[in-house]
Amino acid sequence: MKLLRLQGFPILQQLYLEERLLRATTHNWCLINQGTNPPAIVVGISGKPEKLLDVKAVLQDNIPVIRRFSGGGTVIVDTDTVFVTLICRRDAVTLPDLYPRPIMEWTEHLYLPAFQTVPRFHLLEHDYVLGDKKFGGNAQSIIKDRFLHHTSFLWDYQDFRMAYLKLPQRAPTYRLARPHSDFICRLKDYMPSREAFADYIVKAFERQFCLQEISLDEVEKTQPSSVPHITSTQIFTTADLQQSIMPLIVKG
Amino acid sequence: MALRSLAGRAAVVFRLRCAPSSLAFSSHSPFSTAVVLDDLKYAKTHEWVRVEGDCGVVGITHHAQEELGDVVFVDLPEVGRQVAKGESFGVVESVKAASDIYSPISGEVVAVNSELADSPALVNKGPFDEGWIMKVKLEDNEEVCSLLGAEKYRQLLGVSTH
Repeated sequence: MKLLRLQGFPILQQLYLEERLLRATTHNWCLINQGTNPPAIVVGISGKPEKLLDVKAVLQDNIPVIRRFSGGGTVIVDTDTVFVTLICRRDAVTLPDLYPRPIMEWTEHLYLPAFQTVPRFHLLEHDYVLGDKKFGGNAQSIIKDRFLHHTSFLWDYQDFRMAYLKLPQRAPTYRLARPHSDFICRLKDYMPSREAFADYIVKAFERQFCLQEISLDEVEKTQPSSVPHITSTQIFTTADLQQSIMPLIVKG
Repeated sequence: MALRSLAGRAAVVFRLRCAPSSLAFSSHSPFSTAVVLDDLKYAKTHEWVRVEGDCGVVGITHHAQEELGDVVFVDLPEVGRQVAKGESFGVVESVKAASDIYSPISGEVVAVNSELADSPALVNKGPFDEGWIMKVKLEDNEEVCSLLGAEKYRQLLGVSTH
């Protein structure tokens, strides 16, 4: 498995890269990105900004909104987010078929050693939690014989940024209508440092994979972006966002 | 409910004995009890085709919808688009995952199931009927013949016929 470590890599570029590595390469990959700047909101493949966000506030504060190619919900990411992505071939995992639930359960076991020092880490419904508090959002993209599983871990977060996100219509049962502040927790309260967290993850993954570190330059040389592939990642323009709330403004 | 009556028909046709509670696929049981209809052809990637005249109606199988979980979004292809056998033509979202779906046949998309835009759960409720995804004008009938028949698909799934 090739390991790519990044620092502050913009999330839009990361998503473009991930989609390319999933669809246009045959290798197994692990990406770890420490933070992204500027802050951005990332919705899932079917995400509608008008249903998920306070679009007026997002427009006012000029926060980029990105639709990613994987499923799942909405996250707001910034320099305090730690991104970890796995891209695997079918033969890299002992699963009879590539479906969401078995993949999630496989990742729980993969991550478990990284959280040995942290109480009550487990998979609850489809989230990684400590007890009943979520500390990372995850999502998957599954294609023939390959899959991608990515997680945005909340090393820390700013409450005021969470205010851009509406309470989702589809929420896990264990959320119990709690506001964001009661539903999520900060990983920094449980880990000595971000670097230590990244090292714990690498050591955990080394139990199942032989990791070979690779630089972004080498990735660009050996897996060029010119190879054609399906690209679903997109950034919403200001016009897109304004249009998304037009029916609501007209109604109001 | 629709699935139960469908299963009942399938059970009569194929002499499957399955209680309603056993319709759910269990990854721990040696045999799947997924519903498989005799009049369809199947791809190894778990899509089905029903031939209607010079068109093929395409959807995902009962096994696939069960394994995917609650479907919350179907990315439908555009009418008029050319699809090729074995290539991705859309995406189904469920349980935080976006899963590619693959066309079992080649041709022009002549219709899509627009009901899925507001009711993606139709794929779970009626994967072989109301959950159909697209209709394709068949380019090559041989492609249909090369797909799996019901018996071969059952073998692929390990569906018990006892």
